[in-house]
Amino acid sequence: MLSSAVIVFREVLEAALIISILMAATCGLPGRTRWICAGLFAGLSGACIVALFARSITGAFEGTGQEIMNAAILFTAVLMLAWHNIWMSHHAKELVAHLKNVSAKITDGTLPLYFLTVASGMAVLREGSEVVLFMYSVAASGSSTTSMLSGSLIGVAAGVLVGRLIYSGLLRIPASRLFQITGWMILLLAAGLAASAAGYLIQAGILPYEPPLWNSGSLLSEKSVVGQLLHILVGYQERPTAIHLAFYLGTLGIILAGMQWVHRRSQNRFQSA
Amino acid sequence: MKNLLIAALFGVISTSVLAGESTFEISIKDHMFSPAELTIPAGERVKLIISNDDASPEEFEGEDFDIEKVIPGNSKGTVFVGPFEPGRYEFVGEFHEATAKGALIVE
Repeated sequence: MLSSAVIVFREVLEAALIISILMAATCGLPGRTRWICAGLFAGLSGACIVALFARSITGAFEGTGQEIMNAAILFTAVLMLAWHNIWMSHHAKELVAHLKNVSAKITDGTLPLYFLTVASGMAVLREGSEVVLFMYSVAASGSSTTSMLSGSLIGVAAGVLVGRLIYSGLLRIPASRLFQITGWMILLLAAGLAASAAGYLIQAGILPYEPPLWNSGSLLSEKSVVGQLLHILVGYQERPTAIHLAFYLGTLGIILAGMQWVHRRSQNRFQSA
Repeated sequence: MKNLLIAALFGVISTSVLAGESTFEISIKDHMFSPAELTIPAGERVKLIISNDDASPEEFEGEDFDIEKVIPGNSKGTVFVGPFEPGRYEFVGEFHEATAKGALIVE
């Protein structure tokens, strides 16, 4: 029972963290819960469909279809998180004012926030399909099914609980600092996901493999609780290659540049108005 | 749709770039790997075909190298590993870790 709880918890954690950070990062934005929940449900249904077609997906592209799909999901998520951060560098001021109960209007606040839906949907889709497959595997094996399945449910609950704790923790941050901090968190999160996506392309043989730059596994194992949290939050990897690092830094640089550009443009507009 | 296009593009690249690795097979039966220890050459990129002969899915996961792949029941998956330094590199089937253990012996 414990082993299945741990497996499921590990899979659920990433999605739970991404969604709770997104929730905190869009605090005060009208309709954000609806957009994120829509993504959650779409992701869950998508996960079941992916699990259903797992055999044909794995068999696609000479047995590397799963890696290609995972990389595509991760890159889409990175794109949406980048979009979120760039959007926020334009709107953060209005949101802060709104949170402080100053009668501030959020321009574009009624705009569709598709990126929230897609980002949370992608987060659920990738790991969700593995959870569904695992539960199916448990149900199919027939032995100690009840205890394994209840373990799985405990794993899901624990993942959601950690996400909830992170969310409450983030909301304690004063409004003036909140979006700055969630902005950095999402930036590092996106860079880490891009590096993971590169990892899948290496595993599929699409990107070349290079020997790891270092091995810090003995200092901090990626499979430990802290290692796993850092892996999700800041993209920690115990054996990164030059390609992982290039994707990490490249993503970081591109998003930062986009944020700077939009920020400067919106400031210029304020000054000239 | 966009994902499909990207996937198709990657597919074309992968088939054109990769030809000529040596290929090894590992099969899973009753949640155990066979062979449980597979000898592969050092300093070389190696193609591993993992066939899961059980009805239930299994996740092939490297302990000492970075591979994570779900292999659905009664199907095959391909991963590329190495080049490794000589040594022993363990892997597990994460969904049945108690019995599904194995290692790559790199020589």
